[in-house]
Amino acid sequence: MTEEIIIAGFGGQGVLSMGKILAYSGIMEGKEVSWMPSYGPEMRGGTANVTVIVSDERVCSPILNAFDTAVILNQQSLDKFESKVKPGGYLLYDPNGITKKPTRTDIHIHTIEGAQLASDMGNSKVFNMIILGAFLKLRPIILDKNVEEGLRHSLPERAHKLIPLNMQAVQVGKDNVK
Amino acid sequence: MTVEDIIKPENLVYEKSKLLTSKPFHYCPGCGHGTIHRIIAEVIEELGIDEKTIGVSPVGCSVMAYDYFDVDFIEAAHGRATACATGIKRVWPDKVVFSYQGDGDLAAIGTCETIHTCNRGENITMIFVNNGIYGMTGGQMAPTTLEGMKTATTPYGRKATLPAGAGFDGIPNNGYPLHITELIARLPGTKYVTRQAVYDPAHVRKAKAAIKKAFENQINGKSGVNFVEIVSNCNSNWKMDPVKANQWLVENMLPEYPLGDIKVDGKLVEK
Amino acid sequence: MGELKLMKGNEALAESAIRYGCDAYFGYPITPQSEVIEYLSEQNPYERTGMVVLQAESELAAINMVYAAGAAGKRVMTSSSSPGVCLKQEGIAYIAGAEVPCVYADVVRGGPGLGTIQPSQADYFQAVKGGGNGDYKNIVLAPASVQEMADFVALGFDLAFKYRMAVCILSDGAIGQMMEKVVLPEQKPRMTEEEIKAKYPWALTGRKRGTQHRVITSLDLDSNKMEEHNRHLQAKYKMVEENEVRYEEINCEDADYVFVAYGSSARIAQKSVQLGREQGLKLGLLRPITLFPYPTKAIENLINHGVKGFLSVELSCGQMIEDVRLACNGRVKAEHFGRVGGIIHTPEEVLEAMKKQIIGE
Repeated sequence: MTEEIIIAGFGGQGVLSMGKILAYSGIMEGKEVSWMPSYGPEMRGGTANVTVIVSDERVCSPILNAFDTAVILNQQSLDKFESKVKPGGYLLYDPNGITKKPTRTDIHIHTIEGAQLASDMGNSKVFNMIILGAFLKLRPIILDKNVEEGLRHSLPERAHKLIPLNMQAVQVGKDNVK
Repeated sequence: MTVEDIIKPENLVYEKSKLLTSKPFHYCPGCGHGTIHRIIAEVIEELGIDEKTIGVSPVGCSVMAYDYFDVDFIEAAHGRATACATGIKRVWPDKVVFSYQGDGDLAAIGTCETIHTCNRGENITMIFVNNGIYGMTGGQMAPTTLEGMKTATTPYGRKATLPAGAGFDGIPNNGYPLHITELIARLPGTKYVTRQAVYDPAHVRKAKAAIKKAFENQINGKSGVNFVEIVSNCNSNWKMDPVKANQWLVENMLPEYPLGDIKVDGKLVEK
Repeated sequence: MGELKLMKGNEALAESAIRYGCDAYFGYPITPQSEVIEYLSEQNPYERTGMVVLQAESELAAINMVYAAGAAGKRVMTSSSSPGVCLKQEGIAYIAGAEVPCVYADVVRGGPGLGTIQPSQADYFQAVKGGGNGDYKNIVLAPASVQEMADFVALGFDLAFKYRMAVCILSDGAIGQMMEKVVLPEQKPRMTEEEIKAKYPWALTGRKRGTQHRVITSLDLDSNKMEEHNRHLQAKYKMVEENEVRYEEINCEDADYVFVAYGSSARIAQKSVQLGREQGLKLGLLRPITLFPYPTKAIENLINHGVKGFLSVELSCGQMIEDVRLACNGRVKAEHFGRVGGIIHTPEEVLEAMKKQIIGE
């Protein structure tokens, strides 16, 4: 099993930390992982993206041109990455703010109302965990208990009390992906 | 009295410090470096710190100071002596570390290191020999060269701005003599800042006392740069005999660079 | 076995320096390696192990602090990225001349000049062929993973002290910024003064009365002695070439054509090997781990075993290719492929380049 994922959106949406939690969860699942961010001035307020690879084997290139799954959180990222999903792959996006919907017919396209659901939960910070839940529903590559372990390792000690809330958000994501 | 009598041990009136090696100085006859080396060696010997002293030599006439001091030494790149001293002192805080630099090394190419070492308050001793000229490379202008002073690169005399005539009056030229010692004295990281000279025995004694204090402060303290400037001569590049050079020093260098303590125990001295 | 963590390459380098018992780090911020000094500062290493971490006023000051603290027998390191490493070349030449052990990491970004902050391998010449003045070499280690960023700190210090020379960890923005799982070594104690004095008699620790004082210098105005010193350095580099070559071969056993790539390019080329083999091409990868000393013999052996051509894959306009061609010595074809300016080649275009430039019709 090798899952090559791009997560892309605005800086501040928790793109990089979602990738980090996914990668840590992969380690807890006993997988090989890599996490490769775009870095530079565009990290400040502009678009942010991270390539995460979870695999049974040693990860070759951490930088890719084609992905099994694209998790898309704004229009610019959709424009940039829709064409880079491998045929038969998955594209998951939050329709909030999307004006030009994806048009490909050779890939699986799904939506998750992440921003709305986070607002319903009363905590905008769990947005990225809802998205992660939706992704894991589509691509069940990691067990929930390992996601919880992943959270424990990637969050600082003082944030550990928030782990149940985050796991609840993962479940909300799983229940609401369309 | 014959020569044999003179060299008898009981007739001994003076000897070089045990911490100076037997290697003959390469310095020009009449140069201040030899005297300054001697009093530093005497201070290290008197304080009994030769087994834990590490010196840093610069690039300049005193580049091979390491040949003359019988203590451990490192030779630094041009201007970087105090970065080297910082490196050693930070990893060996219980050793006694001193740097020895000329005006070009400390106040031109090494100004950045000088200011930041002083500003960090490294617990080291800095010896700064100021003779207003680049000696080793053949008498070019130094940052401390006096206005009007002729050097190989200011053959008509250093001029801060271009002279009147031809319409260039007031345009920046060679700049002003840099008072680096007064400058670093304003920094909170310096503890003891003084300017001394070695052109006559009385001043040699004062300079030695200042150097001793600069070493003692380091041994007894935890932080703060101890900085001793010594206004010295360069009879070769000043193109004078040694006696004349020392006279010229008193008449020209000292009015620009007045002697005395500038900062003691972290406090600026009221003038 | 040590602790398993997910870390950036730059952080893994910093953490393993603390755990190795490194005595001091002197650095200056520059993208994309500022995480090294930030991580060290955050970890309070002075409280943890007594390790000194100092943000210097410039790269020049930092490398000269390294030079002197290394001369004082301590395990000292610095890190920077390309333009900053240019400034450090002065100190590195002194370190080579005065035979001071130290480790420096270069997280390479694109150039020339201020260039770009994106990954690059265009400083191969600077790291491997010189950079500063004079006839000298540094041992150059090229990590291709976060794990190797961690492992090469210990290897680097061991080699630096074994040969009394600088060891460069030549990384790039991709390896520095990416996160992977890494097994961290156990904490080792820092060396005591007694251990340093016993092990490194050359180190500046204050000379004992009645013994010769020590001088660390790169200067000698006596030409005969200077020539002798240079001969001594070259003999040392020869020993390094004989004993310290490291490389990895992937799918080379039956390969007809082989990619030669180090660092992040090796990761990409490994994917190209996979893609090519799926298409029935017998491709392999030779990954130099040491760039000096270079695995010249490994290339010769591959030719002896029937490899018909090499493609040097680098994020540069063609630097390491010169060493590949020297090793091939005209026996088989060797060409270069690389993207620059911060663009990273894709596994697909690397494979295409192999087909077009080496395999041919």
